[in-house]
Amino acid sequence: MSINATLIGQMITFTLLVWFTMKYVWPPIIAALEERKTKISEGLAAAEKGQEEIKLAEKKAKGLLKEAKEQSAEIVSAAQKRANQLVEESKDQAKKEGERLLEAAKAQIEQEMLQAKESLRKEVSSLALRAAEQILKEEIDKAKHQDILSKAADQLG
Amino acid sequence: MSTEGGATGYIVHHLTPLSVGEGFWTLHLDTLFFSALLGGLFILFFKTVAERATSGVPGLAQNIAETLVEFVDTQVKDSFHGRSPLIAPLSLTIFCWVFMWNAMDMLPVDLLPMIGSLMGMEYMRVVPSTDLNGTFALSISVFFLIFFYSIKVKGLMGFAKEMTCTPFGPKMMPFNLLLKTVEELAKPISLGLRLFGNLYAGELVFILIALLPPIVQPLLGFPWAVFHILVITLQAFIFMVLTIVYLSLAHEDH
Repeated sequence: MSINATLIGQMITFTLLVWFTMKYVWPPIIAALEERKTKISEGLAAAEKGQEEIKLAEKKAKGLLKEAKEQSAEIVSAAQKRANQLVEESKDQAKKEGERLLEAAKAQIEQEMLQAKESLRKEVSSLALRAAEQILKEEIDKAKHQDILSKAADQLG
Repeated sequence: MSTEGGATGYIVHHLTPLSVGEGFWTLHLDTLFFSALLGGLFILFFKTVAERATSGVPGLAQNIAETLVEFVDTQVKDSFHGRSPLIAPLSLTIFCWVFMWNAMDMLPVDLLPMIGSLMGMEYMRVVPSTDLNGTFALSISVFFLIFFYSIKVKGLMGFAKEMTCTPFGPKMMPFNLLLKTVEELAKPISLGLRLFGNLYAGELVFILIALLPPIVQPLLGFPWAVFHILVITLQAFIFMVLTIVYLSLAHEDH
C-alpha cells in the first residue's frame, strides 16, 4: 500500500472530469431545469389568471342576467298597465256610447210623442168640430164662434 | 478461484495491484484504467443527456441525470452560500465518480481478475477506491482547491492572518500556526482515508466470504452486499458533502 505516481495520474483524470462536467454537463442540464421551472410557473400563473377571468365573466353574466330580468319585469308590468288602461278606456267609451244612444232614443221618443199629441189634438178638434156641426145641424158662423172653437181646441191640447 | 498459497496467498493476490514501474514512479494500471473507464462512462452518460436536455417532458436518462443534478445542487445550496461556477459540478463529479468506483465492489470479487488472468494479467484490483492513490488523488485535489479559494477569497494576508491568529489570538502565533496546519492537513487525510478504509474493508470482507465453503457464501455474501449498497452510496455522499463543507469554509471570511 504505497503512494506513488498513480496519485498524479488520478489527479489529472479527476481534473479533466471536473473541467468537462463544469464546461459541458452542468450548464445545459441546469439551464433545462431552470427553463422547465419557468415554464411551469408561467403555466400556473396563466391557469390562475384564467380562473380569475372566468370568475369575472361569471360575475358579469350574473349582472347581465339580473338586468335582463329587471327589464323584462318592467316590460311585463308596463304591458299590464297598458292593458288595464285599454280596458278602462273601452269601458268608458262603451258607457258613453250607451248613454248617447239612450239620449238619442229618448229625444226621438219625445219628439214622436209631441208629433202624436199634435196630430191627435188636430184630429180631436176637427172631430169635435164635425161632431158639433152634426149636432147643431146648422151652419155655424165660423167667424162668430171662432173663440169658442179655439177655446175648445186649447182645452183638448 | 486461485487458491495456491492458501487463504493468505489468495487475499494478498487480490489486494495486489497490477503495476508497472519502480519506487515512486510505479503506476497502478488497474486503478488508472478502471477509474478512467468509469469516468468515461460518467462523461458519456451526462454529456449525452446534456446535449439532448430539454425543458419539456424528460426521458428516462434525463430524469436520472436531473435527479442527480438537483440532488447535488440542493446539497450545495444548503451548505454553500456563495456563488461559484465550480463547486456544484465538482460535487456532481465527485459523487458520481466515487459512487461508480465503489459500485465496482458489487461485482463478484473473482470475476474481473479471472478475465484479466485469462488475458495474461497476473494481478487485478478492480475497485479504485481501495487504492490510496485513488482516494488521495481526490482529497488532495480538494485540498488544493481549499487552499486556492482561501487565498482567493481572503487574500494572501487574510489567509496568513487566519492561519496564525486563530483560534488564540496573535500572542500564540506559533501554536496557532501549528494547530491550523494540523487542522488543514487533517482534512484531506481524513477525507481520503475514510473512503479508502471503508471500501478496503468492504472488499476484504467480500474476499473473506469468497474463501468460505460455497454453501455458506450466499448466506453471508447476500446480506453483506445489501449492506454494501448503503455503504457505497453513503461514502460517496459523505465525500461530496465534506468537500462542499470544506470549500464553503474556505469561502467564509471571518
